[in-house]
Amino acid sequence: MTRLNVLLHEMVPDHQIMTDEDVKNLLVTFDITEDHLPKIYHDDPAVKACGAKPGNVIMIVRKSQTAGEATSYRLVVRRPKK
Amino acid sequence: MTSPKRIGKIEFGILSPKAIRDMSVCKVIWPDTYDDDGFPYPKGLMDPSLGVIDPGLRCKTCGQKQGDCPGHFGHIDLAKPVIHVGYTRLIRKLLRVTCRDCGRLLLDKEEIERFSALEDDPYSAETIGEKDIKKERICPYCGDQQFKINFEKPTSFVEIVTEMGEDGKVHKSERKLTSADIRERLEKIPDDDLRLLGIDPEVARPEWTVLTVLPVPPVTVRPSIILENGQRSEDDLTHKLVDIIRINQRFKENQDAGAPQLIIEDLWELLQYHVTTYLDNEVAGCPPARHRSGRPLKTLSQRLKGKDGRFRGSLSGKRVNFSARTVISPDPNLSIGEVGIPLAIANEMSVPVRVTKQNLEDMRVLIRIGPHRPTLRDPCGANYVNRPDGRRIRLIAGEEGNCDTVAEMIEPGWKIDRQLRDGDIVLFNRQPSLHRMSIMSHHIKVMNGRTFRLNPAVCPPYNADFDGDEMNLHVPQTEEARAEAELLVAVQENILSPRFGGPIIGGLHDHISGIFLLTNQLKWYTKSEFLYLLKYTEMEHLPEPGKVENGIPYWSNKQAFSMILPKDVNMFYKATCCRNCDPCTKNTFCPNDAFVRIVDGELISGTIDKKSVGAMDGAILNRIIRLHGTQRAKEYIDDLTKLSIRAIMLYGFSYGINDTDLGKEEYKQIRDVLDTAERDVANRINIFEQGHLEPMPGRTPEETLEMQVMKELGKARDRTGDIASRHLGFENSAVVMAVSGARGSMLNIAQMAGCIGQQAVRGERIVRGYEDRTLPHFKRGDKGADAHGFVRNSYKSGLNPTEFFFHAIGGREGLVDTAVRTSQSGYLQRRMINALQDLKVAYDGTVRSTGGKIIQFVYGEDGTDPAKSASGLPVDVKGIAESVLKEEI
Ligand SMILES: [Mg+2]
Ligand SMILES: [Zn+2]
Ligand SMILES: [Zn+2]
Ligand SMILES: [Zn+2]
Repeated sequence: MTRLNVLLHEMVPDHQIMTDEDVKNLLVTFDITEDHLPKIYHDDPAVKACGAKPGNVIMIVRKSQTAGEATSYRLVVRRPKK
Repeated sequence: MTSPKRIGKIEFGILSPKAIRDMSVCKVIWPDTYDDDGFPYPKGLMDPSLGVIDPGLRCKTCGQKQGDCPGHFGHIDLAKPVIHVGYTRLIRKLLRVTCRDCGRLLLDKEEIERFSALEDDPYSAETIGEKDIKKERICPYCGDQQFKINFEKPTSFVEIVTEMGEDGKVHKSERKLTSADIRERLEKIPDDDLRLLGIDPEVARPEWTVLTVLPVPPVTVRPSIILENGQRSEDDLTHKLVDIIRINQRFKENQDAGAPQLIIEDLWELLQYHVTTYLDNEVAGCPPARHRSGRPLKTLSQRLKGKDGRFRGSLSGKRVNFSARTVISPDPNLSIGEVGIPLAIANEMSVPVRVTKQNLEDMRVLIRIGPHRPTLRDPCGANYVNRPDGRRIRLIAGEEGNCDTVAEMIEPGWKIDRQLRDGDIVLFNRQPSLHRMSIMSHHIKVMNGRTFRLNPAVCPPYNADFDGDEMNLHVPQTEEARAEAELLVAVQENILSPRFGGPIIGGLHDHISGIFLLTNQLKWYTKSEFLYLLKYTEMEHLPEPGKVENGIPYWSNKQAFSMILPKDVNMFYKATCCRNCDPCTKNTFCPNDAFVRIVDGELISGTIDKKSVGAMDGAILNRIIRLHGTQRAKEYIDDLTKLSIRAIMLYGFSYGINDTDLGKEEYKQIRDVLDTAERDVANRINIFEQGHLEPMPGRTPEETLEMQVMKELGKARDRTGDIASRHLGFENSAVVMAVSGARGSMLNIAQMAGCIGQQAVRGERIVRGYEDRTLPHFKRGDKGADAHGFVRNSYKSGLNPTEFFFHAIGGREGLVDTAVRTSQSGYLQRRMINALQDLKVAYDGTVRSTGGKIIQFVYGEDGTDPAKSASGLPVDVKGIAESVLKEEI
């Protein structure tokens, strides 16, 4: 069975795993630690598709109504128990 | 100040019997509180070791006085265990997933593997739920057959035992599990199995959910109050505890005396009932315990739950001083930045003023006047004087008073509470406070009467009207608060709504009608008329007359409006009254005078209406704010409202029943249109009934017919509207209001004068009612226009009984819709606000929570304040181009 790669869908924004170097710079830019970042679950379809693991930071670039293009960053975490 | 600490984790557990006994200072055994002499019974519910509530006495346990002693817990030993209602779901789950004999989890090793925890964090395991275990299976450890367990509200559990009888048939029998049985089973569950279920056995052994000992809260939690007649009245919790102890004692006596099983069971159930209602008096399937008066008791859960509970009522709820509330009424003579407040309120409320060397004498004057200000003309005084040592002196007016003595006492460093006077800044608020414009600051104007007065133009942001609405007022007490009120919260700072980046304050109905009457088409006024119009606006000198005829100077209506505009406004747009003439004549001559051209602050052509001045519209106001700022915008609104009201007074504006009358010819035309339409509908029904109707693609013939009929009747209604509006012109006030956008629409006028039209429920003709028909007045299966809610009459001509009924059906749908929508959107709003209330934009442009967590990396993704944007766009290109080119682009 071939599975749909959600990242190729036009409605799904671009997800990229950031390098350790980039993450370090990001944290310095905003003067934060990792737990101040917005989160995304490890089993999110887009996370699974781009192969990120808990602890990775993902850069998401999406189209924005107000700004044209908007960048945000999310820390991959395990989905907690119910 | 200590630095804030981060909360690592919160652990929830259950009080163990041992913990309850350890923290208890007294074993309570007597159901009584106080004896006849008013002394508490030792070992009773008011035992002095449980804490003190009487002033003067000392606590027997900690030795502290009332107020210092926090109170101490006692306990009651229950004769038999009872279930804690709060944990019935947990108990049910545990009984169902564990073995009835050996207590192990009903999963074998391999099945457990699948749920196993992560190595580093034992609590991140996927917890096992009831659904993961098959019903009535056999225990993989001891091989015991499991049975179905039913839970009956509120607290009983029944096991359905199935046994193979000697005759080879399966017998089903119900066996009630007593609390003792349940406790026994829960005790057997091993700690390791509990961890798999997401329970930490260190802090929450499951058998602790079945109570064997009950904590008795300190008396400070349930103080008795002494009524006016000297009688003591006990707290609801104490009443409930009395019940529990009484039954518990009787239970013990019967048990010791070896009473029959039936009586024991009854008492056990009664004890369970009392403990249940003590914990929660609103459990489903359990009649609430009541007071002698019939009022349900407020027990533990009721103290916490709901709007007036501990969380929403006591902890999140804040109440304040220096606030006032009364009915509001309109006063168009006030500026939009003002609020009129009754003298009585101004006398009662105050602002603290610091006494300094410079103002010492002024302060003395205020104190000498004191709290007495009988009329508006009297100067304001002061109500209190605060000494630096924290003492507060109340000023008393009159001969016997202390005003003169206190006036001599004051020196720099003291503070006095000065009464409110004209110009003081206050916060004004109307609930529900749905957006930030629901609280704005106004400058006060002390007035006679008992209501708050406000300019009707500020009603839209508050969503206020004057049908009995009340509003709240708060007086800022510090310099910082007053500065913020002036700079951030002032009315003029909130003219532009952050919701859509346009003005939310503007002209209302009368203002729009008035300014329309003034500016539509070219009109000429004499000097006295011109001055009458502009009497209350800020005007320094008369402009050059627009024309001179026979030596008499005349000024145009466009000149009158131009008087209130700043001199650098250049705008070009279509007004609300534009009828989209084809082709649009634009800069030349529009027959409706609907193309607005403002060049250098002069209205050259066009009509000023809703598009130009209306609340939520206000194109000109928007431009003035961008060009000259909020202060000028405020002045413009004040001038505009005054000018428009003068204009509507000059022309007069009223409506009567005969304004809906049409001519003989029109009535004949309307009759013809409706007759034709009804005949047409009848024809179509005929075709349908003969089976000749060609269905539309994807529709049944019935659906096709319905659509055709709806369309036909809708067209007929519109045609009657056209006929009516051909007869009614600008001499009709309803037409003026509809065209200018002040209120109502041409449809409303058509319904008053022409034909009300089809009544609908969920967009379809009315079909429900009796068998095959809507009302007994019609034949079964009648598909005609009148049988399904077509109202031929107008509001003027009046509805016949069946029409009236259909109209009521159609009208009801609208009412239900609004009722449902408001309640739903209100709840949605509440949840949104709870989620977003502490977020702020940090100095680096990120949106963060109080914990510093980032919510948005750039505020709104573009970092733009919507209230400072041009209707959502960062730059108003059209506006800038118009200002430079001074012509339409
Ligand atoms: Mg109202
Ligand atoms: Zn004490
Ligand atoms: Zn077993
Ligand atoms: Zn036109």
